[in-house]
Amino acid sequence: MDNELTPRSDEFGLAKADQSKAPITNHESASFGKQLLGFWVTFKTMFKKVNTVQYPEVKEPTAPRFHGRHQLNRHPDGLEKCIGCELCAWACPADAIYVEGADNKEGERFSPGERYGKVYQINYLRCIFCGLCIEACPTRALTMTNEYELADSSRGKLIFEKDDLLGPLRAGMVPPPHPMYPNTDDSNYYKGEVTTSHPSQGIAKND
Amino acid sequence: MSNAEIIGQDPGWVIALKGVLIFAVCVFLTIMSVWGERRLVARMQQRSGPNRVGKFGLLQALVDGVKLALKEDLIPKSADRIVFVIAPIISTTACFMAFAVIPLTGPVNFFGHETVMQMTDLSVGVLYVLAIASVGVYGIVLAGWSSGSTYPLLGGLRSSAQVISYEIAMGLSLVAVFIYAGSMSTSEIVAAQDQWWYAVILFPSFVIYAISMVGETNRAPFDLAEAEGELVGGFHTEYSSLKFALFFLSEYVNIIAVSALATTLFLGGYRALPGLGFTEQWLGGWFTLVWFFIKVLGFFFVFVWLRGTLPRLRYDQFMKFGWKVLIPFSLAWILVVSTLRVMSQKEAPPALIATFIFSIALIYVAVATLLDRRKVAKEKVARNINSLEPDFPVPAIPNTRVEQING
Repeated sequence: MDNELTPRSDEFGLAKADQSKAPITNHESASFGKQLLGFWVTFKTMFKKVNTVQYPEVKEPTAPRFHGRHQLNRHPDGLEKCIGCELCAWACPADAIYVEGADNKEGERFSPGERYGKVYQINYLRCIFCGLCIEACPTRALTMTNEYELADSSRGKLIFEKDDLLGPLRAGMVPPPHPMYPNTDDSNYYKGEVTTSHPSQGIAKND
Repeated sequence: MSNAEIIGQDPGWVIALKGVLIFAVCVFLTIMSVWGERRLVARMQQRSGPNRVGKFGLLQALVDGVKLALKEDLIPKSADRIVFVIAPIISTTACFMAFAVIPLTGPVNFFGHETVMQMTDLSVGVLYVLAIASVGVYGIVLAGWSSGSTYPLLGGLRSSAQVISYEIAMGLSLVAVFIYAGSMSTSEIVAAQDQWWYAVILFPSFVIYAISMVGETNRAPFDLAEAEGELVGGFHTEYSSLKFALFFLSEYVNIIAVSALATTLFLGGYRALPGLGFTEQWLGGWFTLVWFFIKVLGFFFVFVWLRGTLPRLRYDQFMKFGWKVLIPFSLAWILVVSTLRVMSQKEAPPALIATFIFSIALIYVAVATLLDRRKVAKEKVARNINSLEPDFPVPAIPNTRVEQING
């Protein structure tokens, strides 16, 4: 280590010498012609393609992982993934999420397992779109979409309820509440073994 | 017939109609130039600029005007109410008045009456423009002073100092034109440029005028009076609504006015470009108006270009430039020009003229070299200061990135 250090202390002097030899590059020594180059830059730019996006008419897609409005996802049979654990609410640094969990009852089941999110609110006046709630979610129930047009005319409208946040029912899904897929338990759901609904769960959405 | 004689024969209705027309053209041009400037600067910054009101945003300035008019008209408690109201009026009136002596066209048929598009042809027309421009300064000073607030006062002082300083350089740059044209009348100066534009033969004058007209109009890079970062809005900080609109208007009318003056004095006014003289007869002479506006808009483009390119000057550098560079240089240039003029009038032998030009060139080179040497010497001193070893330990500067990572 000592040997490695010695040449460096020599370099100390070298570096200083180099520095004093370096040409002065302050703005005053730039030639007049060089200063005029700036005019060429602005002139040239006039004929370049304009960068502006004509926003309301033209909407460019966001980056694929853009943090937009949240969405509460569903299992393939239509049951909600949210189990009302409130981890998202606890993770939220802006205190924007409010969750009330409740027990699934026989005959009124919203999610596999014991609990479901009965009340789920996200206050978009507080949300900072950091995505910590998504990281906290143990069932991947909460994810973010790319939707960013969230302006509205009143404060109340910007508190999104569970209905606003729930993902749409896709083909093959049955609107909850309905029982779990026959002969499965919640761990089958989490392992992704339930891929569609069963006629015994209810009438599935077609299209 | 000279322009003055033609104008002298105008009946009252022609004079009135011409006044209205010139005013209307000024206002229209101002409104369009606000839009044009914003579009151009935007393009220089790779943006598209205002494009939402009307086709290409053409109505933007109109809408802005309506917006300004509908705003609350505030007068600060500590303001001097009367002066506060008068100041923008002075400012606007003054810059419109400058247009009275600018010849916009050659002889034209004006509703069956032979005339020129020029309100009046004073024998001291250019001096009148300079005088009117000085009156315009009162608008700025009084606005700053009557606002009863610090920033407007400072801004007003700055811009008045600026306008006055650059007016000297401007006036001096025009002297060469007067010497060559033998007249101060705008129409005669235009007529005197039928062979060569003064922008060509009096190029240094043209450059000085072009620089000082930017200083004169408080435009970037000389817009220190409205340096947002230092003085909020400068002299019009306390103004709102229509009074602010008047200042806004006067700034742009001013730009058009100095551009029009530059066109008249240096670019041959309403005359066609060299080699296109036949176009002056088109549309019964009205085509000269097109030439005039092409040249004025060319100047306007340069104004915008400057704004899009250059950063704002520091106030002391700006004043130094005006007083220590522009004024001495134009004085020296006037000496050279007047000597040359007298020589050619007295029919001096070409050898003498050549010797004179050569010696002037020599003197110029000598002075430039001396100044350059002084600058180099100064830089050397600065370098010596830089290379002094500090009396405290400093860490080594790694030469390469590899070393930085390994070491």
